[in-house]
Amino acid sequence: MSDRYAQVVNSPLGRLLAPRVGLPTPVELERYAPGQPVITGKVMLGAAPGGRLARAIASVLAGASVDVASALDEPLRQALADAGADASVWNADAPSEERFKALVFDATGIAESGRLGELHAFFGPTIRRVARCGRVVVLGTPPEACDEPRAATAQRALEGFTRAVGKELRDGATAQLVLVAPGGEDELASTLRFFLSPRSAYVSGQVVRIGPSGRRPEVDWDRPLAGRVALVTGAARGIGEAIAETLARDGAHVIGLDVPAVGGELAEVVERIGGSALELDITEAGAPAAIAEHVKKEHDGLDVVVHNAGITRDKTLGRMPRDTWDLVIDVNLSSAERIDAALLDGGLLREGGALVGVSSISGIAGNAGQTNYSTSKAGVIGRVQSMAPRLRERGITINAVAPGFIETRMTASMPVAIREAGRRMNQMRQGGLPVDVAETVAWLAGPASAGVTGNVVRVCGQSLIGA
Amino acid sequence: MTDNPRRVAIVGGTRIPFARSNSAYANASNQDMLTAALDGLVARFGLEGERLGEFAAGAVLKHSRDFNLARECVLGSRLAPETPAYDLQQACGTGLEATMLVANKIALGQIESGIAGGVDTTSDAPIALNEDLRRILLEANAAKSNASRLRALARIRPQHVVPAIPRNEEPRTGLSMGEHQAITARKWGVTRAEQDELAARSHQNLAAAYERGFTDDLVQPYLGLERDQNLRPDSTAEKLAKLKPVFGGEDGTMTAGNSTPLSDGAAVVLLASEEWARERDLPILAYWTTGETAAVSYVDGEEGLLMAPAYAMPRMLAREGLALQDFDLYEIHEAFAAQVLSTLKAWEDPVFCRERLGLDEPLGSIDRKKLNVNGGSLAAGHPFAATGGRIVAALAKALHERGEGRGAISICAAGGQGVVAILEAA
Repeated sequence: MSDRYAQVVNSPLGRLLAPRVGLPTPVELERYAPGQPVITGKVMLGAAPGGRLARAIASVLAGASVDVASALDEPLRQALADAGADASVWNADAPSEERFKALVFDATGIAESGRLGELHAFFGPTIRRVARCGRVVVLGTPPEACDEPRAATAQRALEGFTRAVGKELRDGATAQLVLVAPGGEDELASTLRFFLSPRSAYVSGQVVRIGPSGRRPEVDWDRPLAGRVALVTGAARGIGEAIAETLARDGAHVIGLDVPAVGGELAEVVERIGGSALELDITEAGAPAAIAEHVKKEHDGLDVVVHNAGITRDKTLGRMPRDTWDLVIDVNLSSAERIDAALLDGGLLREGGALVGVSSISGIAGNAGQTNYSTSKAGVIGRVQSMAPRLRERGITINAVAPGFIETRMTASMPVAIREAGRRMNQMRQGGLPVDVAETVAWLAGPASAGVTGNVVRVCGQSLIGA
Repeated sequence: MTDNPRRVAIVGGTRIPFARSNSAYANASNQDMLTAALDGLVARFGLEGERLGEFAAGAVLKHSRDFNLARECVLGSRLAPETPAYDLQQACGTGLEATMLVANKIALGQIESGIAGGVDTTSDAPIALNEDLRRILLEANAAKSNASRLRALARIRPQHVVPAIPRNEEPRTGLSMGEHQAITARKWGVTRAEQDELAARSHQNLAAAYERGFTDDLVQPYLGLERDQNLRPDSTAEKLAKLKPVFGGEDGTMTAGNSTPLSDGAAVVLLASEEWARERDLPILAYWTTGETAAVSYVDGEEGLLMAPAYAMPRMLAREGLALQDFDLYEIHEAFAAQVLSTLKAWEDPVFCRERLGLDEPLGSIDRKKLNVNGGSLAAGHPFAATGGRIVAALAKALHERGEGRGAISICAAGGQGVVAILEAA
């Protein structure tokens, strides 16, 4: 699992040589540890005139005790003052020698393409001041929620801007676009916090939509899942293990599910995190009912389901036996459909609940030798898109994460050339860690993310594949 | 509104032209200059031999022999020697604070009239004995026998010749006032261009004031100077833009052009009760309404050294039930153009007004056309303790010219202090 290359280029000699011979130089990404603030360093806030998110952003930043700076722009300063943020002043025309840990820009005021220059005006003087492992967050309106075609056009343009910025950033910095639908302003907190914090270390170039949910539960940001029950499939090892650990860290009681063959490892995981184990094969016909039964008996319902269990059985399509095809589709996609149906029909997934699927870059871009796997993972995205509107009425969210190259036993067993290509062909010049996927799942599963539904968020370090 | 027991009249003021350091007034002492200004005022208002309620004045840079500077000036002037006097010192706030003290005594009926003022010389500055030498000499002086006196004096070494020269720096931070202001300017994102523009306008306004005779009864020639030596009537922002920064490092925005130079000069103001003025047929240019002094904690960088007026003003406004916009004229002392601009930005900033001042709404902006309309310290120069007297007299006269209205004064001072005041047209 160790990235020897990254260790070498981060050694004193490597740091000297790698840039000189044109080798990629991955930095050690900052990652979250319990008790850390949302973000350490100054956040520069900007807004295009006429925007509608300044108050919401200011309130999130003040609530997280973030050190904010802004230009002396009256509406923005008023919003910061009203939020109780003791924001400092930064003027691009008389700049102090300051570095910013994050740049946050409310672009909702850009109502037509002629005003896209506001992006240049804000980011031009600031982008080179972004610190190591810094953050760029652009906030817009979903184009589909804009009344005027010109407004929708301009807001859609933000996506290209943000992705390009992500590719210009260096040293582990990330860039995201958050589209907040009218009415969803007060649901921004969990997403903005996530994208500013080291929790989103390996997430970059993503577009996330937030809408109104009508639910604004009180959240303990240190333990947002306190009192909640979460089911995680495939929890014995790898990414599933990290998800179980992270949800438990955030306060959830985790029911770890995995096949009996790895029962020993599963037991270790749940013991470590104070959860409970459920050994069964999700492809068995009786599995959904057994899960529903367990949930009802032990917890009288649950709040979070993470469909992480997944397998690969790679073969080019012409050489792939039918049962190999069927197995992958069933484990990765159909079983999740059956489990959710049982839980939803039984009324066991409580209001305020969250379903999180695990897709893959392969499901987005397709991958040679993985027709079955890519099909199943694209199906996970289809489930998110088709279920989100239906579940919204029940107060339940559904989203998916799509990991790129994550350092696991699976990737460790890849041939060297393919492994190195996967590791380096992304903006971070390194593979992600299981915890990076887990942190993303925890954000989507949290009660404060009630307005976040129907999203597929890649955890890929802004991979060049499928971008 | 303050319910003053008595209205306090500002009768008029006199100052000598301000000179650049080590120039026209190089050989004039504080006492010389302040006496000259005082006698000018006495002559103008026919106060020869009058016993006034008091003369309150001060100097920032003062020789130890001048411990009774104001009183010595009275004795050297044509005022009645029975006029009491005292020295006070509040750095650049000295002149305005002195005015406030005299005005308050008049308002309370303790005195009928008084003169407030200030003087400073950076040319004839006090130089102190080397600290080690001073201790040796004190020890020798205290010695009981010749032998022990000799033992003490024998410790004198050549390096003790080096004197202690007064420095323009804050004792607690070791930073000069300019360096402090450079930090504040950067904090408020004050640009070079806006500072140069403000400086140019200061020169243009003061030049225009001289041209139209506004200063004729405010400034009296002294030692060959008829106008402030620092005044550059043809000053423009473009010319000022060519100067190199002197504070804030290479990328600094503060230059010798948009910062006040070290200067020498004196200014005094005559205040009185209305009855006293009327009995003597003296003019009443304006009334002193009220004043306020604030101080900020700047030592650990919590607030800028020169930002205290930003706190004093809203406190005074709240007390008087006034808004920042309720004034027809504003006199903000231009210690540095950046100080004026930082202060104005702070008053406009909702965050500063909420977090630092505890106000729901920002104080807001002022009409810049009402600011320092007859020039400010950038053009006139800034002999520290003399600036308050210069401003009070000029604002009172400007209000008198208008015939109505209200004026605000704001002066920043070393040590993180600031003095503000309100005058109203008579």
